[in-house]
Amino acid sequence: MTPPLQPSSPMARWEHFPHGADIGLRGFGATPEEAFEQAARALTAAVTSARVAARVAVDVRCEAPDLELLLVEWLNSLIYEMAVRRMLFAAFSVRIDGARLEGTLFGEPVDVARHAPASEPKGATYTALKVARDDAGVWSAACVVDV
Amino acid sequence: MDLERLTRIDQAAWRIEPRGAMRVPGVIYADENLIRAMDDKVFEQTVNVASLPGIVQACYVMPDAHWGYGFPIGGVAAFDPAHGGVVSAGGVGFDVSCGVRTILTGVESKEVVRRQERIADSLESQIPAGVGSKGKIALEPGEMEAMLEGGARWAVAQGWGEPDDLERIEENGRMAGARPDFVSDRAKQRQREEMGTLGSGNHYLEVQAVAEILDPATAEAFGLREGEVVITIHCGSRGLGHQIAGEFAKEMVVAAESLGIELPDRELACAPIDSEIGQRYLGAMRAAVNCALANREILSHHARRVFRHYFPGANLPLLYDVSHNTCKVETHRVGGRKRRLFVHRKGATRAFGPGHESLPEALRPHGQPVLIGGSMGTESYVLVGEAGAETRSFSSACHGAGRAMSRHAALRRWSGRQIVDDLAAQGVLIRSPSSRGVAEEAPDAYKDVTAVVMAAEKAGLARRVARLRPLICIKG
Repeated sequence: MTPPLQPSSPMARWEHFPHGADIGLRGFGATPEEAFEQAARALTAAVTSARVAARVAVDVRCEAPDLELLLVEWLNSLIYEMAVRRMLFAAFSVRIDGARLEGTLFGEPVDVARHAPASEPKGATYTALKVARDDAGVWSAACVVDV
Repeated sequence: MDLERLTRIDQAAWRIEPRGAMRVPGVIYADENLIRAMDDKVFEQTVNVASLPGIVQACYVMPDAHWGYGFPIGGVAAFDPAHGGVVSAGGVGFDVSCGVRTILTGVESKEVVRRQERIADSLESQIPAGVGSKGKIALEPGEMEAMLEGGARWAVAQGWGEPDDLERIEENGRMAGARPDFVSDRAKQRQREEMGTLGSGNHYLEVQAVAEILDPATAEAFGLREGEVVITIHCGSRGLGHQIAGEFAKEMVVAAESLGIELPDRELACAPIDSEIGQRYLGAMRAAVNCALANREILSHHARRVFRHYFPGANLPLLYDVSHNTCKVETHRVGGRKRRLFVHRKGATRAFGPGHESLPEALRPHGQPVLIGGSMGTESYVLVGEAGAETRSFSSACHGAGRAMSRHAALRRWSGRQIVDDLAAQGVLIRSPSSRGVAEEAPDAYKDVTAVVMAAEKAGLARRVARLRPLICIKG
């Protein structure tokens, strides 16, 4: 199935940044939603370098009193679904309404031989946690994930 | 870390003098080289922990310390509930009760080397490891509660362990005060199929040869003989502990203001020990400790089956099982008087000296085994707790080598394939589903574990008993 996603804006991208023992993720986008989606892609990329197919959809919801804590909750929801369903996710759709987030994850079951997953994320943390909009209007969403 | 910011106490101890909001000093145990190599974040985090309500005596920092979450990894801090003391989810860490156990085998290393490939392959097939792996046991709801209450005792009663192990495990295999009813359904769901799994990252199961005996009398009492093989497991409370840590960190951060706690860093999420949240966290965290103890017992059961297949009749007793991510209630003498304290050890090993009442009879005259994992392919150590550690660090010592380089940097520098080949040429077989995972865990991405244990010894926390060299390493 092809996920019914909005086309990405030119600002959409993600990156990893180094942290002592773990790994930092940062997503960029035209909106907080897009930055959150890109941060989720960075999380998958921390686990596998292989291509992941967007075959199965999983809905998640979470809430938190501010946008930064909401990013941690979003990534922790993703980590939870990865662990319980033994899946990896390739594409994401996020809707934020105040303190609430509704998201859809698109992915496939882990295939150890093909995905050769490197590390299992334990949880998103409050370290280097920042959700902000820069002067050019680009949103970024970042934190360190404990692996 | 800049030495100018510290006061030197002696050759192995340094002090951060109390200033600003600090209620107690920081004390770092390390040699000059280790201090210089330490991240400035360790300094900042030590200052923050020393500022928390109810902290007693000092915030101690072990020689393998590095940048952690709120607490430095390698941090030890004790809190007194009678003085507003707190319990911190960050001070215990994401992997609640992550720890190490070592099993003696009595088998000569040359006997293992003769069958090294086959034993490595068997262990790889029998030990579920890495992302996507499942345990061989799926827990139904009633069993989940029993496991969270019973820890390793539950595993033994189910036939996934050996009764003689129990006295060689902290808390005799079962942490009292666990409250499975304070553990969320999501945490339980995450654990349902993960019992007896190794996980990934820096977790491992190693077959190691005793390469050198450094303290013959203690080694004899521990059953460690040069040339013989031991099995060491490094693992924690798996998804259940991770889920509990994340959920309570959020709850404590959100509640901090209403509890009158000013957090210098959200990662220091904590709550008064006597608060409703504090008590709920302690009950859930203790259940996670039991999960870790049960998990290591089941992993040992799988490893023992493999070993007995190759060495029928082998006696495989547990030397010791000790956690390095915990908060425990202990009585310590402070200023000449005994006090009941909540001791957080985040990346630090409890290290009771000789005579401690909690040690089994055979170990009591010598002290507690302190199991130190090095990096994959290098070496590990067995130490023994020193009596002086009681006043120096609330009886705590280091826990491992500690990373010297990020995963990111390690990936850019090394290929997993090359590391596996190089180690095989040195007689160490690595089995892992992920070549990238191996690169991230490259031996040289870690500090020199020998420098770390020497610093712990010089500081009088624990002394070296034996050095172990890996033969087989199973990684997630």
